Amino acid sequence: MRHFDREIEELKELLLRMGAMVEEQINESIRALLERDSAVAQRVIDADSDVDRMELVIDQHTIELIATMQPAAVDLRFVATAMKITPDLERIADLAVDVCERAIELNAEPPLKPLMDIPRLARIAQDMVRQSLDAFVRRDATLAREVIARDDEVDRLTEQSFRELLTYMLEDSKNISRAIRLTFIGKYFERIADGATNICEMVVYLVEGKVIKHSNEPS
Amino acid sequence: MKAPAKQLSDRIAVGALGLSVVVIVAILLVIIGNIAIHGARTVTWEFITQPPRDGLMAGGIFPAIVGTAALVILMSVAAVPLGVATAIYLHEYTPAEGYSLAWRRFRLSKGRAGRKRLFFRAMSALLANVTRSAVANLAGVPSIVFGLFGLGFFIQFIGRAIDRATQPPGEVVWGQGSLLWAAMTLALLTLPTVIVATEEALRTIPQDLREASLALGATQWETIRRVVLPGALPGILTGAILGISRGAGEVAPILFTGAAYYLPFLPHRVTDQFMHLGYHVLILSTQSPDVEATKPLLYGTVFVLLALTFLLNLTGVILRARTHSRR
Amino acid sequence: MTPKIEVRDFNFFYGESKVLHSIELDIPEKQVTALIGPSGCGKSTFLRSINRMNDIIAGARAEGRIAIDGQDLYAPGVDVVSLRRRIGMVFQKSNPFPKSIYENIAYGLRIGGVKDRRVIDETVERSLRRAALWDEVKDRLGRSALALSGGQQQRLCIARALAVDPDVLLMDEPASALDPIATQKIEELVYELKNNYTIVIVTHNMQQAARVSDRTAFFMLGKLVEYNETRTIFMNPGQKLTEDYITGRFG
Repeated sequence: MRHFDREIEELKELLLRMGAMVEEQINESIRALLERDSAVAQRVIDADSDVDRMELVIDQHTIELIATMQPAAVDLRFVATAMKITPDLERIADLAVDVCERAIELNAEPPLKPLMDIPRLARIAQDMVRQSLDAFVRRDATLAREVIARDDEVDRLTEQSFRELLTYMLEDSKNISRAIRLTFIGKYFERIADGATNICEMVVYLVEGKVIKHSNEPS
Repeated sequence: MKAPAKQLSDRIAVGALGLSVVVIVAILLVIIGNIAIHGARTVTWEFITQPPRDGLMAGGIFPAIVGTAALVILMSVAAVPLGVATAIYLHEYTPAEGYSLAWRRFRLSKGRAGRKRLFFRAMSALLANVTRSAVANLAGVPSIVFGLFGLGFFIQFIGRAIDRATQPPGEVVWGQGSLLWAAMTLALLTLPTVIVATEEALRTIPQDLREASLALGATQWETIRRVVLPGALPGILTGAILGISRGAGEVAPILFTGAAYYLPFLPHRVTDQFMHLGYHVLILSTQSPDVEATKPLLYGTVFVLLALTFLLNLTGVILRARTHSRR
Repeated sequence: MTPKIEVRDFNFFYGESKVLHSIELDIPEKQVTALIGPSGCGKSTFLRSINRMNDIIAGARAEGRIAIDGQDLYAPGVDVVSLRRRIGMVFQKSNPFPKSIYENIAYGLRIGGVKDRRVIDETVERSLRRAALWDEVKDRLGRSALALSGGQQQRLCIARALAVDPDVLLMDEPASALDPIATQKIEELVYELKNNYTIVIVTHNMQQAARVSDRTAFFMLGKLVEYNETRTIFMNPGQKLTEDYITGRFG
């Protein structure tokens, strides 16, 4: 293997490690929410600095790779993809932290039942993140496009659960604070799904060289 | 589309050049043809292997062939190693810059380290300049002058000195014409050819091969021995052979240094005199009492001499062609 | 860690003109150090000063100190011939001897006095393997080296230099006369070789320096402008001159 290929492999390893960390954060944040476990939530919040550090490490690596290896064609697209995926991953991790912060606040009050569609929304978002990383590893543009298509479903669910929560708020003013927090959580998961969509757009660019960001390309 | 006038002048040029080639080839053919026709009749096995009889009016030219061969061999042994060594020294060991530049560098280096080195470098360049001038001048000296030099220096000065030192008084062994002195004289004559051809051959070896060898930790002599000389050898051989073939035909230098018109025995010591093909031609054409009778002998001798020279030249040309095609 | 090669206040003259000014640097062991700079900046002269190949040039003069493993190369009485045996050199244009492949590599051994045929055989194979050329020529060691392609000839010259087991390998633009594929092979080779040898490489191709070296020295007009880790030089150089050169804003 050329030593350049080894450098690319190393970068891929780092990205996958960061992806695994982020998936773990999402998983734990959902657990903290559903099981009302503030200790878990706190662990997620504390672990966020590790994710931030990974982003810096990968940044450094990609710049060095460009400076010293002058990658071209698919190698160049790979490095560009790496540079654009890491902030998305980092933001997804931050969103998981936000979810945990709201979860801790919710756990201070009695549960508002039911949680509406939030758990389903959360699972879909989690799924999308996992699949986007899969698509990246396997360089599977078809899978990436499928994930992008699911974003519509996520948007619908978010809207739906918002309307349901609104009803709750109108019913009883004591529900308002918890309902608002849940609304936020729904929004956070929606934005996690958006992050996964961004990642998938980069995967399509990596595999096909086509930029489908900001376009209305059909799935 | 050339103008008709231009086309015409073009044709005239081609015609004139072609004509001159034809003329030269024709002259050459006439000379060679004349000799070949008249000489071939005389050149028999007997002619080549028998000595002359009847006061050179009959018989063969065997001693002259032997003498010429011995002379050429001795001459080569003297000239080639000396010439090659000189050329190697000039090309590999003297500075590439000329004397004036080397001297200027030395003058400008007042008070700096390495001044002694620059001085020796300048002196070496001076020696190289002087040697090269000497070689060039030597090439232009008329061959008869070589003969006189051989007589005055080798025979009368050095030869007599050796006789005084080694022989009983009055005995003349070294202080007379002989194969040795004639060969040395001819060697001087062929030296410039050998030196120039060797230098040319050395020049064809690219400098980066020498650098590669030095960078591997070889000394300069090792580099010359293992890289430069093997590569230059074909060129050196060619030059040597061409020089030798030239020397083989020269007569003026051996007039006073050892050639004899008749000897009853073959030379077997370097101090012996010898008969020589070229000299024999001179004798037959100027000293013969009966010109008509000796004419066939003359043609025969010239035929053999030319054949010898051609053979040597041909070897040189073939060698040159082969080394050029190998490169 | 003591550096393999130490250069202190090194100046070099061709006759009257000064071509290297007070060069100071430390070259670490078993790494690749690249020398870059515009034409005529002195990088090749400096490289050749390390194995005193400049000695053969008329009017060349050196002042200052270059030490390998603490031993000053320019001290009076240093045996240049044995010095050169410890330092291998590969030139810009490949220069194999007009001998067989085997004899080319055996050359360094023979002048070192090695006569044992087995030892030479083993060394020839080892050197050719190290130069990534063995598989391509193992069946024709007796053929002329000149029959090889340009890239193969250059790898042969590398093998030839490696045969005498030097500590240091100097390479003067080793790939500049080669096509991109051959160049890439040479670069891979350099990357492999640095595990065993200290390598100093002159290149006019900046990207090559970036790809291949651990440290880079930027020369200009005979002065050392900047010397640092290659990463730093190519991502964030300290001197504006360096940055101008790297970004192609001049020469």
